[in-house]
Amino acid sequence: MKKYKEILFDPIFNNNPIALQILGICSALAVTSKLETSVVMSIAVTLVVAFSNLFVSLIRNHISSSTRILIEMTIIASLVIIADQLIKAFAYDVSKQLSVYVGLIITNCIVMGRAEAFALKNKPFPSFLDGIGNGLGYSFILLTVGFVRELIGSGKLFGITIFSSVNDGGWYLPNGLFLLAPSAFFLIGLIIWTIRTFKPEQVEEE
Amino acid sequence: MVEYYLSLFVKSIFVENIALAFFLGMCTFLAVSKRVDTAIGLGIAVVVVQAITMPVNNLIYQNVLKEGALSWMGLDNVDLTFIGLITYIGVIAAMVQILEMTLDKYVPSLYNSLGIFLPLITVNCAILGGSLFMVQRDYNFPESVVFGLGSGIGFALAVIALAGIREKMKYSNVPQGLRGLGITFITVGLMAIAFMLFSGIQL
Repeated sequence: MKKYKEILFDPIFNNNPIALQILGICSALAVTSKLETSVVMSIAVTLVVAFSNLFVSLIRNHISSSTRILIEMTIIASLVIIADQLIKAFAYDVSKQLSVYVGLIITNCIVMGRAEAFALKNKPFPSFLDGIGNGLGYSFILLTVGFVRELIGSGKLFGITIFSSVNDGGWYLPNGLFLLAPSAFFLIGLIIWTIRTFKPEQVEEE
Repeated sequence: MVEYYLSLFVKSIFVENIALAFFLGMCTFLAVSKRVDTAIGLGIAVVVVQAITMPVNNLIYQNVLKEGALSWMGLDNVDLTFIGLITYIGVIAAMVQILEMTLDKYVPSLYNSLGIFLPLITVNCAILGGSLFMVQRDYNFPESVVFGLGSGIGFALAVIALAGIREKMKYSNVPQGLRGLGITFITVGLMAIAFMLFSGIQL
């Protein structure tokens, strides 16, 4: 039981896919200017990682090593198509904002990386948990960045005004830099710094 | 006409730089930018693959997948765009494989210098992202050739520049927790701000 707990919660701080494994960064930067898109993207990625891990693990004894990448790609691409169609059906506005980044979950290295590194060697249930755990680690960064960017950039959360901005007669002057993409780099850099201050064993030696 | 393509070309390199404006291919971008010579190898590989896959995917999209594209077969209202994702990634994987075999046979020196980067490119989001942007903006064939070449060069430019900065940064005293990945993120953020200077430029 303890082992399962480790598999599930380790990727959040101890082995975070974005902050330590350098996986899945593209989408983390591009979709986080609003909290709503961050949430949808987090859910989509978590489910895709979990199920691709599950399916890859189920057939791990039947695939040869030379064709495995092709098979993994097919599984992942099918799952992403399902996710894409679901988002288009139930959250059309969000799917417009996410633009190509839903399709890019296919090449999101988290999915492929976890299938290669974990699912090929482990039983289906732990693989599924590993997928959920890494999805949560990804979501943790995405939601933190999305929260800060939307709050400081436009004074809103989920589109609801928290700080009333100067333009609407309030007191808050929105900082436009946080709506622009470079701010995501700075925020993730600072998150990495924070995590590594508390967990010095993650610091890289040059 | 030439001006239009030239403007698209410059736009895809600088204004809409695929790495620094759309953040595609970030994983490889951050992981393979420790040294300038490896960055150059990766850059060349991306340019070549991007310039080949984009037109091929464009032909497939315009002639097979697009709504109404199959009307010559009597299938008027068939819209196959939903299987686009799996088709493009298949084309990219196949193209990378073919390129690898061709280079291995005819230009072994280039093959050796590209090394592991070629297979890695299959999962580089810059390549798939480029194809998806091409579909979203409904480019025609010549436009896709220009856009493919331009976005590849843009990525190469960005990754080589970052590698140069990181080589210099070895001599600086970076705070403990920020070393390695952290400071790289902040550097890329500053580079992205620099590239935003180009936005809004009309040629």
